[in-house]
Parts: sequence; structure tokens; C-alpha cells
Amino acid sequence: MSAGSLILKGVAALVGVTAVLFVAATPYHGVHVEKEDWSFQGFFGKFDRPQLHRGFEVYSQVCAACHSLNLLSYRNLQEIGFSEDAVKEIAAAVTVMDGPDDAGDMFERPGKPSDHFKAPFANEQAARAGNGGALPPDLSLIARSRAGAGFGAHEGADYIHGLLVGYKEPPADFKLTEGMNYNEGFVGHQIAMPPPLAEGSVTYADGTPATVEQMSRDVSVFLTWAGEPNYENRLHTGLKAMLFLIVFTLIAYAAKRKIWARIH
Amino acid sequence: MAANFKNPVVRWIDHRLPVFTFLHHEANEYPTPKNLSYWWNFGSLAGFMLMVMMASGIFLAMQYTPHVDYAFNSVERMMRDVNYGWLLRYIHMNGASMFFVVVYVHMFRGLYFGSYKAPRELLWQIGVVILLLMMATAFMGYVLPWGQMSFWGATVITNLFSALPVVGEHIVTLLWGGFSVDNPTLNRFFSLHYLLPFVLLGVVVLHVVALHRFGSNNPIGIDTKGPQDTIPFHPYYTVKDMFGLGVFMIFYAYWVFYAPVTLGDPVNFVPANPLSTPEHIVPEWYFLPFYAILRSIPDKLLGVIAMFASILVLFVLPWLDRSPVRSGRYRPAFKWFFWMLVFDCVILTICGKSPPDWIWSPFAFSISPDVGQVGISIIAMGQLATTYYFGYFLVVLPLLSIFERALPVPLSISRPVLGAGGSHAAIAQSPKPMEKL
Repeated sequence: MSAGSLILKGVAALVGVTAVLFVAATPYHGVHVEKEDWSFQGFFGKFDRPQLHRGFEVYSQVCAACHSLNLLSYRNLQEIGFSEDAVKEIAAAVTVMDGPDDAGDMFERPGKPSDHFKAPFANEQAARAGNGGALPPDLSLIARSRAGAGFGAHEGADYIHGLLVGYKEPPADFKLTEGMNYNEGFVGHQIAMPPPLAEGSVTYADGTPATVEQMSRDVSVFLTWAGEPNYENRLHTGLKAMLFLIVFTLIAYAAKRKIWARIH
Repeated sequence: MAANFKNPVVRWIDHRLPVFTFLHHEANEYPTPKNLSYWWNFGSLAGFMLMVMMASGIFLAMQYTPHVDYAFNSVERMMRDVNYGWLLRYIHMNGASMFFVVVYVHMFRGLYFGSYKAPRELLWQIGVVILLLMMATAFMGYVLPWGQMSFWGATVITNLFSALPVVGEHIVTLLWGGFSVDNPTLNRFFSLHYLLPFVLLGVVVLHVVALHRFGSNNPIGIDTKGPQDTIPFHPYYTVKDMFGLGVFMIFYAYWVFYAPVTLGDPVNFVPANPLSTPEHIVPEWYFLPFYAILRSIPDKLLGVIAMFASILVLFVLPWLDRSPVRSGRYRPAFKWFFWMLVFDCVILTICGKSPPDWIWSPFAFSISPDVGQVGISIIAMGQLATTYYFGYFLVVLPLLSIFERALPVPLSISRPVLGAGGSHAAIAQSPKPMEKL
């Protein structure tokens, strides 16, 4: 291979890699999202269980007033360390409509672990009517749908955290629409949702002081988990798959060397 | 020649239905040039990816509901509640990207080493048909999860056909099964997404039959002259393909396990909503160069024509490049233009991804909506890149065929492989005259 073609191939490879990085890492439009450290990042990442529990408390005590979490069932909470009885208790706290029964009537009953999380509003119209015309989005996939498509699951959490702590006084020259709130973490810096977290909004069972920063981080992690409950499973399986593939490839390489030695 | 099988059952069957002789002939003793480089691994990798996509897809279809009200949630149910459903789905959605990676490398390899030249023109053209089928299949597959980008991508791409005079509107109605992208569209896309891979498989068989007529091209680009130039496919290339497969699978597994949604658009995690258009509608990365070509022409119809022409031009490529030398190794001018084409496709990809009115400052390496900075707009950059893309095929290659002076080509494959060191320099200094094909 001549020097010229080596250089050409080098340049081409470099450009290719840059392009992949560029295409993969277009930031979420118009907002600067601060990169945070999360325990679940990296090849060996794990969710912090107490933090997930606290995050669930933030969701159920604050977010759940307006936001649904439709894709999750109460039984999913067992995957993050709630006991079977605790999950039954959480589920039983809501009333769900079931039926029809043998007489053809709908009836109300306490929730069961197999039920999906109960939505705060019956339908989109009710949700809009209750929120000044704005629709609070379902949070099941909020972490995944707001990620900048970069490398890793952290971006959704970065975004949610940036938004929850992004409420500021608007700059003097900023024209804020009636009924909107200024938020540096939101596209256009105007968001219909009023600041949801205030010091002490949540009473944590483990006694952690409920600062805005703390609650925001906790719920960001919880919603990241909610977006992909199989996240840790994926990393574990990946590790095993990678180890297998590396061994497989080394053996294949040795076999290749040995067989090709016959004609070299 | 009939192989001598030891197993009496095999012998009995083979005497009546010579499948074992056929396999022995085409996959075992099949004579293959002894000097194939690792660039030749990508053909079998493409075949592997087709198998992976069909196998994973069949199981995904068992869990999927092709209805606008249920499609999105049925996919999420797979991700959450079906045992290893998440793995199957990540294998399938990243598999589409891997399939295109492999096929694009395979095609560039063919472009560099002149694998499209006589007598392999039909082999190349069948390959282009495979590419078109892949694109149609991938496009329809992307619509199935019924996320925002599924819906709006389908709307934008199917609307392109409305640019065609007279029949355009009818074609769009036919594609939609109505007057907008809706449930009938999803149903027919699901049906076709399941059908087309089997058509693709049939065309792949033709591709392999055409390949085995004259055998593989090779990095030197000259015909095999006899048994001294070839080795049996098995075990030499089976084991080499196995090693290549291992390396490729590690690459593939990285995406599946550690960056499964990076190659997709996060907006597709929002269920389709016909009343809300996403800020930027962008196709998957493997369509970006073609999307950039489409956008670089202001007229809708001409843009659509240019986009299709960018692939159709490949059909006539064997007659645009008249140079008798196949391999780019012996074409000193050609190789520069070739690598510029690779570079050009990267530029087109970036242009396809970026909003057209943004400014690209190549030296600061930034692309931003800031019109104040020094640079070139994405649309203009896309136009330049489109010009080079067509220029390469329609101008550069025909002219090179006339004016380029190729380096001396070795007389046979076994000389450089077995000869003194077999180094590139030794071949280049060889006093033998250039081979005429």
C-alpha cells in the first residue's frame, strides 16, 4: 500500500467517524443540556435502588397529579425492589373501573398489581381542561423521547433534570406569554407547566431532605428506568454476549491462521 | 463432478436429487481467488444480516399489532413484557443499520476494485436491485412502530410520488389506501414489509448464481488463470468469513447492547400524532445521502428524479467506466476520484441530517443556524456534493477511461501472492505489459 493511498484511507476513515459522531450527537434543538453524572451510566451501570424509590415517591406525590405513566404496571415496581405486599398496597390505593360483571354492570374495585398505573385524567380533553388547555404528556417514555440520541441512556435524565431545575426569572427583554413560565431547559424557554417542585414538596420515607435538586435528580432517574425497565438486564446480557463474541472471534482467528498456514 | 459421499443415505438421496453434489460444488470446492482481502468478507456478512433480519422479524411479527391504535403500544409491550422482546427488537432495528453498513461497504468495494466490469455487469445490476428492495423494506419497516417519525417520514416520502405528472396522485392514493397516511397504509406496509424480504432472498439467490458463473473478482482485478490461482472456498474462506463475522458481531453487539437507540430518532418514542408535526423530519441515516440529493434541487419533480437517478445511474455504471483495468490499485488517478466519492457521500450524509438553511463552517467544524458566521449553507453544500456524485459517474469515469494511464498489471494472481514478497512495489515495477481484458 503506497503512502498516498494510506493517507487517503486515513482521511476517509477519520471523516467517516466524525460523520457518525455528528449524525449521532445532534443536540436537542435549541436547549443547552448540562451533562450530569448518573450511577446507571457506562458498561457496568446500575440504578441506585434507594434513589429509584425516592424517584417513585416524587412521581406519585407530585407528577402523578397531572401526568400519566400508562406503559407501567404496579407489578413493575417489584423489579426495583418493592416487596410484593408493598406493591399490592400501592395498587390498592387507587380505584379502577372494571367490568362488565355478570349482570352487565361496570363496577369499581381497588387496583391490583397487574393494573397499569392509573392516569390522573380520563382522556385528553379532561387533561387539557384541567391544565389551562395544555396537555401534560405521558411520562412513560419521556426520558427516551427527549434524549438527543447520543451514546447512552443518560441524556433523557440530563434533559429532565435540566428542565425541572431550569425555572428562572425571565430576562428583562424576554416576552413571556400569559400563563406560561420561563424555563431555560425547555425549547423556546416557555413552558405551560408551573414549577412542579418546591423545597419539601415530597416527604421522603428514608428521611432524605427534599431539596429541589434532590427531588429532580431522583425523579429523573426513576423516569429513565420507567422508559426502559429492562435497562440493567440489557447491560448484563450485553456483557455476557460481548465476552462470548470476543472468545468466539479469537478462536475463529486462530483457526483462520492455522488453516491458511497451509498455503502461505 | 460428482462427489464421493461416504454416508449411504446421502448417496441414495444425491443419486436421485443431487443437492449434496450441488452444495459440494458451490460451497465446498468452489474455486475462489487465493488473494481476496478482508473487503471480500462483506458479501457473506450481508447474507448473514438478511438471515438475522428475517429470523428476528418473524418473531417480532408474532407480537406486533398492525393497527394505528395498538401498533405503538404493542411494540412497547415487546420491549417491556415479552421475554427477551427488547433484545429481538434491538437486534432488528439496529440490524437494519448494520445491513446497510455492510452493503454500502460491499458496494464501495465493488466500485474500487471494478467488480461491476465485464463479465460481471449483471451481477452488479442484480446487486442494485437488492439495494432498492432493501430500501423499500427498511422504509416500510420504520413506519411500523407508528411513532412520530414513522408517521411523518411515511407522509413525506409517499408524498414524493405526487410530484410525478398525471399518475402521481393516483400512486399516492394507492400507497396510502386512502387520502392520508392512516390504518390502511400501516396494514399494507406491514404486509409488504413481510413480503419483500422473501423477494429479496430470491434476488440474492440470483446474485449468488451470477457470482458463481465467473467467480469472485479480486484485489488485483485480473481473471484467475488456473488452479494455481484459486483455493477451494471451504475451508479457506469459510474460516476467514467466520473470523470476519466475529469481528462484525462485536461491532453489531455494541450498538444492540450499549447504544440501541442512538442510530434512531428519539422523536419516534412519541406515538404518531397527525395533528403535530415534528420540528425536523429526518430519515434514518442510511437514507440521508439520497435525502440530501432530493433537497438540493429546488424543483420537487426534478428532485425526486435526481434522487432515483442517483441509484439508477448504478445500473449503467459498467458502460460508463470503459477502462480495461478493473482494480483501482493500478489506476493512479481513479483512486483519488474514488476516495473523493466516499468523502462526498459522507458530506451528503451530513447535509441530509442538517436543516437546509443552517450554515456549515468547515474550518470551525460546526453546523449551526447562526447565519452571521462565515461558511456555506447546507443546501449549497448539498448541491456541490450532488454535483460531484453525478459528476463521478457521468463525467469522471468516462473521461478517465480515455485519458488515464494505468500502471502495469501483473500477469497472474499467483505471481504477486507467491512471488518475491508479493509487495505492491514489486508488482508496480514488473516489466510485464498491461493486461488487456
